[in-house]
Amino acid sequence: MKIAVCVNHVPDTEAKVRISSDGKTIDKAGINFILNPYDEIAVEQGLQLKEKFGGEVIVVSLGGDSNKETLRKALAMGADKAVLLKDDSIRDSFAVAAALADALKEINPDVILLGKQSIDYDNSQMVGLVGELLNLPSVSVVVKLEIQDNKIICEREIEGGHEKVESQLPIVLSVQKGLCEPRYPSLKGIMAAKSKPIEEKQIPAVNSKVETISLRMPQSKAAGKIVGTDSTAVKELVRLLHEEAKVI
Amino acid sequence: MSKFKGVDYYNFDSLLTEEEILIRNTIREFVDDNILPIIEDYYMRGEFPAQLVPKMAEMGMFGATLPAKYGCAEMNNVAYGLVMQELERGDSGVRSFASVQSSLVMYPIYTFGSEAQKDYWLPKLARAEKIGCFGLTEPDFGSNPGGMITRAEEKSDCYVLNGAKMWITNGTNADVAVVWAKLNEKVHGFLVEKGTKGYSAPEMKGKHSLRASITSELIFEDCEIPKENIFPNTSGLRSPLMCLNQARYGIAWGVIGSAMTSYDTALNYSLSRVQFGKPIAGFQLTQEKLVHMLTEITKMQFMTLQLGRLKDKDESRFQQVSLAKRNNVAQALEIGRIAREILGANGILSEYPIMRHTANLESVKTYEGTHEMHTLIVGEDVTGIAAFE
Repeated sequence: MKIAVCVNHVPDTEAKVRISSDGKTIDKAGINFILNPYDEIAVEQGLQLKEKFGGEVIVVSLGGDSNKETLRKALAMGADKAVLLKDDSIRDSFAVAAALADALKEINPDVILLGKQSIDYDNSQMVGLVGELLNLPSVSVVVKLEIQDNKIICEREIEGGHEKVESQLPIVLSVQKGLCEPRYPSLKGIMAAKSKPIEEKQIPAVNSKVETISLRMPQSKAAGKIVGTDSTAVKELVRLLHEEAKVI
Repeated sequence: MSKFKGVDYYNFDSLLTEEEILIRNTIREFVDDNILPIIEDYYMRGEFPAQLVPKMAEMGMFGATLPAKYGCAEMNNVAYGLVMQELERGDSGVRSFASVQSSLVMYPIYTFGSEAQKDYWLPKLARAEKIGCFGLTEPDFGSNPGGMITRAEEKSDCYVLNGAKMWITNGTNADVAVVWAKLNEKVHGFLVEKGTKGYSAPEMKGKHSLRASITSELIFEDCEIPKENIFPNTSGLRSPLMCLNQARYGIAWGVIGSAMTSYDTALNYSLSRVQFGKPIAGFQLTQEKLVHMLTEITKMQFMTLQLGRLKDKDESRFQQVSLAKRNNVAQALEIGRIAREILGANGILSEYPIMRHTANLESVKTYEGTHEMHTLIVGEDVTGIAAFE
């Protein structure tokens, strides 16, 4: 089974993000970047499929040289080879999907896995766009999957429950937390990753269809309110929780 | 509390390779997820968290510098040091477990063992299917191991061991002990398997330090071991000292992790603790303490990295390892004490890692060559005059 996993290089969840002077991009200086946590689940799922069915796992990332760190981590976890689509320019979801789809067409995998969203811009569009551009079925927010011959059954997380769907390979899947627990790269895996290939590809420019106009930081929280310091304040506290905060 | 991000005031990371950083970050994550949530509880109960061992083995933490053919990661000494640093940020006892398995059991088998001993033991020890310990120190012979009383006697079909070892990490739970004993007045190394008649390893109780680690005595009473269990390639007392040199190198790195967590805890605490209407971080006395800690950690990092680079080129000398072990443990202990002062009474609670680390470091300062002995080793090196022989 040939498995491709698309991985994104995103700011660490703990990073304090600042907006650049252009007002449209984030200032990357001093920020630690990591393998997108949902994509990490996709890599783990890819490795589990390989362990079960044999074959190979190829990780694909779009971005600059620094994305190699993320590809190297996926290789250390056990992926076999990596492709870096070298383009650091600003792209909207469509332009990213177009680049990924081009590369994936050439790889021709049985299963394409990606995280349900990247934790940087949270567009959650990749699974549908890549599926459409490749003319393949796509299933999003997968929390369980089972493959038999060419048939795949997935469970999706939906509001208040799960939905079970059936489709055929090849397929594009976006994965959600709970599908599997990503492994730590082993020290041997990290050493072995050094000699695994990262193929660099120049890719054509694609016009974006959506342009970012501006970014702004969330408003800082208002200061808390102290209702009182002894038991006489309980009544007022309950009233405020009920009427103002509407949490009880 | 926010996730630990390391201490890096001088862009230390720019001197590391991509693999070294990934190795460090991976172990850091492992420690955050697996050691920190449970360690205070195990420490207070005086129990070693044995469930960590298979996970550590799976990640390849044991014998990580040894060749791949034994199932090891074959990584360099700097990467190994970074693993020790992160493990000890968790707990010195857990780091000690890895140090002993790697530097004091796998290293001597690899260096002094027969091909058969290597092929049999190293893969099992790497996978932690077998646990090892190292017996050199005796109740009456610590800094002066050459005076050891434990004796081996050669019989027609076996060696017979008599004597006792003390302060042995992992002794009670070890499947195999690397034991140093005199045979015809010369020090030799032997492999003693658990269950051998005449061999017992009772646990030492009542420790106020390294409570999440097992410390034992090893007792040999007419203990007969097979002839093939002697190391064929040793050269007297120099051989066990070579093992200690490996372990000391790991300690020099390990305690940086301990110092980092003390500093990080104190810094965060001082920013949130308000007295006289402002965070105590805003007081000059606190700032002096924080800056002192940061300075010493930064010095340790660069010295120890250079030691590791020298070791990777096979150019490090044991006296340089002594200097690093001596300095780093003493500074980490001092940093722990200063951090405790910043936390005031809160510093003694198990809610914070400081008291545990500081109590651990009291042992680390003495084991693997006391602070004093390392002073004299470097002292002899620079003056040419031995102060202890």
